[in-house]
Amino acid sequence: MSAERPTNVLIVGVGGQGVIMVSKVLAALAQRQGLQVKQSEVHGMAKRGGSVFSHVRFGPEVWSPVIPRGEADILVALEWAEGLRWLDALKRDGGTFIADTQQIVPPIAFRDRRPGGRSAYAPQAPAAILEMVGTGYALDATRIAAGLGNTRFANSVLLGALSTALPFAAEAWLAVLRQFVPPATVEPNLQAFRAGRDWVESGARPAEPAARPADAAPVATHAHRVEINASWCKGCNICVRMCPERCLRLDDNGIAALVRDGACTGCHLCEWLCPDFAIRVHDEAAPSPAR
Amino acid sequence: MTKTKTPPQGGEEAARPLTGNEAIARGAWEAGLRVAAAYPGTPSTEILESLARYPTDDLVAQWSTNEKVALDVAAGACFAGVRALAAMKHVGLNVAADALMSQTYIGVNGGLVLVVCDDPGIHSSQNEQDTRLFCRLAMVPCLEPADAQEALDFTRAAFELSERYDTPVLIRSTTRLSHTRSVVRLGTREVPPARTFRDDPRKNVMIPAHARGRHPKLIEREQAVAAFFATSKLNRWEKGDRSLGIVTAGMPYAYIKEVLPGASVLKLAVSYPLPLELIRDFAASVDRLLVVEELEPVIETELRAAGLAAEGKAFFPRTGELSPEAVREGLEMAGVLPARPKVNPWPVQPVARPPVLCPGCPHTMSYMAIRALEARVAGDIGCYTLAALEPLRSIDTCVAMGSSIANAVGMARAGTETRPIIATIGDSTFLHAGIPPLIDAVYNDANITVIILDNHITAMTGGQDHAGTGRTLRGEGAGRIDFEQMVRACGVKWIRRVDSYDVATMYQTFREAAAYKGVSVVISDRPCVLDPVRIKGPSLAVNLTNCTACQSCMNLGCPAIGWDEATLDGRHKVKINPELCIGCTLCAQICPADGIHAALTVGGAE
Repeated sequence: MSAERPTNVLIVGVGGQGVIMVSKVLAALAQRQGLQVKQSEVHGMAKRGGSVFSHVRFGPEVWSPVIPRGEADILVALEWAEGLRWLDALKRDGGTFIADTQQIVPPIAFRDRRPGGRSAYAPQAPAAILEMVGTGYALDATRIAAGLGNTRFANSVLLGALSTALPFAAEAWLAVLRQFVPPATVEPNLQAFRAGRDWVESGARPAEPAARPADAAPVATHAHRVEINASWCKGCNICVRMCPERCLRLDDNGIAALVRDGACTGCHLCEWLCPDFAIRVHDEAAPSPAR
Repeated sequence: MTKTKTPPQGGEEAARPLTGNEAIARGAWEAGLRVAAAYPGTPSTEILESLARYPTDDLVAQWSTNEKVALDVAAGACFAGVRALAAMKHVGLNVAADALMSQTYIGVNGGLVLVVCDDPGIHSSQNEQDTRLFCRLAMVPCLEPADAQEALDFTRAAFELSERYDTPVLIRSTTRLSHTRSVVRLGTREVPPARTFRDDPRKNVMIPAHARGRHPKLIEREQAVAAFFATSKLNRWEKGDRSLGIVTAGMPYAYIKEVLPGASVLKLAVSYPLPLELIRDFAASVDRLLVVEELEPVIETELRAAGLAAEGKAFFPRTGELSPEAVREGLEMAGVLPARPKVNPWPVQPVARPPVLCPGCPHTMSYMAIRALEARVAGDIGCYTLAALEPLRSIDTCVAMGSSIANAVGMARAGTETRPIIATIGDSTFLHAGIPPLIDAVYNDANITVIILDNHITAMTGGQDHAGTGRTLRGEGAGRIDFEQMVRACGVKWIRRVDSYDVATMYQTFREAAAYKGVSVVISDRPCVLDPVRIKGPSLAVNLTNCTACQSCMNLGCPAIGWDEATLDGRHKVKINPELCIGCTLCAQICPADGIHAALTVGGAE
């Protein structure tokens, strides 16, 4: 049996980002060096904004199409939180982590809509993660790409960064990349590749924490209480239909009632929309209990 | 036997990276395939999409209405004397099973190959049934390739076997094989001499008197095929350490080679019928016999029944996809490998990222409106099944293709439900399996509402055409089914068509439909935003002065809507990502504060 183990590169991101394009470039490059290559991906749900991953393995002999857990030599993340999700795939010693600090925040991250609610998106700063993993590069590839004309070139920036961690010549990379990008965008993609390569070779520095959408939690200034005046309610159902958190129901007597108190965010919509002024949302002095 | 040979087309290289699915298509083309039919289903879809790229002069490739139709079409071509193939996902075989169970009695004229792609791990399915059990039931040989090269080679071999032993042959792929790309050596296309229809009613017409005569033939065939595989080079006996022998087939072979490179391995090309004598010889050459197979203990059970001391599922899971880790853990449990120290996971908190409906997806509003009915909702298979999750959370059941309508009929007939009963079903799914239950609903006067979510494409599998799109698999014009006429022809009296982006009309129409006594049908009509063309209109933006931070718009679950830095009363106002927004205006229509408008008119809001 060959003592030489295959090189394992795991490429991850979000549906539509181009994970498959990146892995195809790498697979084609390795194949041209005369190596055996296997590239495995699972799509299906991926297109609908889900996680996408692609395993690329190459070497003198490759068996499993998937990388055994904890044996990825390199983890390339096209999106920051996806990088974190797959961190366990990376070798504990000697693994290289390359991630775009770009954040694609899924709708589910914004589930806590109560006053003071926080985004559920990965809270740790890139610098803290890099400190943990050893060899790691967190670069704002998307911003670098934007500087070259289009955020879609971010893939090529990351390929450039990836190229520094593998023994293939830069010219070989460029030759393959040329064939995998649309003819009209060859030049900017090659530039993007060089920019990514330069970013690493010019001495990697931990990226400053990227600007995060709605990062700081808002301060909850008050609690709220819903008061329903049953004798004024005529059961028109408007408040029930319009409540964003669906906390209201008509009770057995056809009167509006608060059934999910904990879900109420105090947005006042029911109060404003009630044609009979039967609902009041009181803002009370005490802040909401801390979560 | 003379064959027409076609060399690889102009200047083609001799080896090429192919996925398992592409390799199956290539193998079928090389074997002289003439007719292929399928209904799309992940992970099998790309087989027909690949075949559609071969010259029209070489072969016919078509989408069929469902998997049974696909198999019957392929069988018809096989009756007519040419090589034919049907492809489907594992659950598609359930639909096609009726035809298969009789076709296996009939056998073949031209070679007939059925490709079935299982989904261990349930990446994109409603269950993870093991197709190999079906092969035993139908008594059709089951070939299990382990990589793209074998996918090509086994497909070619399958056609030969099919004709030689007068049997349909099944190729079992899995998601991992279908979607793994590796370099494959290409061959030439060899078309067997043309045959014509063979007049033989005792073989082709399955009435009881004929079928009784055919059943014993299947038993003989089983033995003949097993005898073929006893010496076939498609199996691989790799001699190694004699303390342990591993019997395996398909994808797990790669994991074994990865984890236990020096083992004695008998890699079977076939999991039914088993070449038992070969396996006995192998078992006799080793001290201990382990079977590693994906999902059910199909091989293991048979080996035990044959009196061999085979172990397997005591160490390897019956559920989920195998992997190098799962195989390693099994071997550790079996005492073959030393246990590895446990590694603690990294202390990181990413964020959950479940699949979601696309920005502007027309299903979004259909389910918002359905939810407002407070109805009992029978769902079906498609992208819209995602509406079962937050925030739309408006589907109560999901079983199989077409189940929604009949499930609704049953709920209505049970008489226990006080809410309106709704069935929701996509256009492609409706054509696939929704018409018989709709007829059932009319016939039995069920008080239900059927909402056909017509997005003009088979969206879930990546945008394939169907009988309602007016285009074929090869993109040519085709006959087109009119849903309204179809529904009317089924006997439905109350039919409305609504624009899925017209919020007020949607709410009102659904209320009227639910109030109607009897079968009412609403066609919610808007094309998919991804296929066949990617729709991208001018984006909307939030006027932060009007936004009250109620976040009603976020109930759409639209990926383009997120939190803004600006807050009101401790809650975030909202922001629309202009790159993702396609301008469907659903959020603007839902906003109670008139805070969302075309980005051009909300100056400087971004």
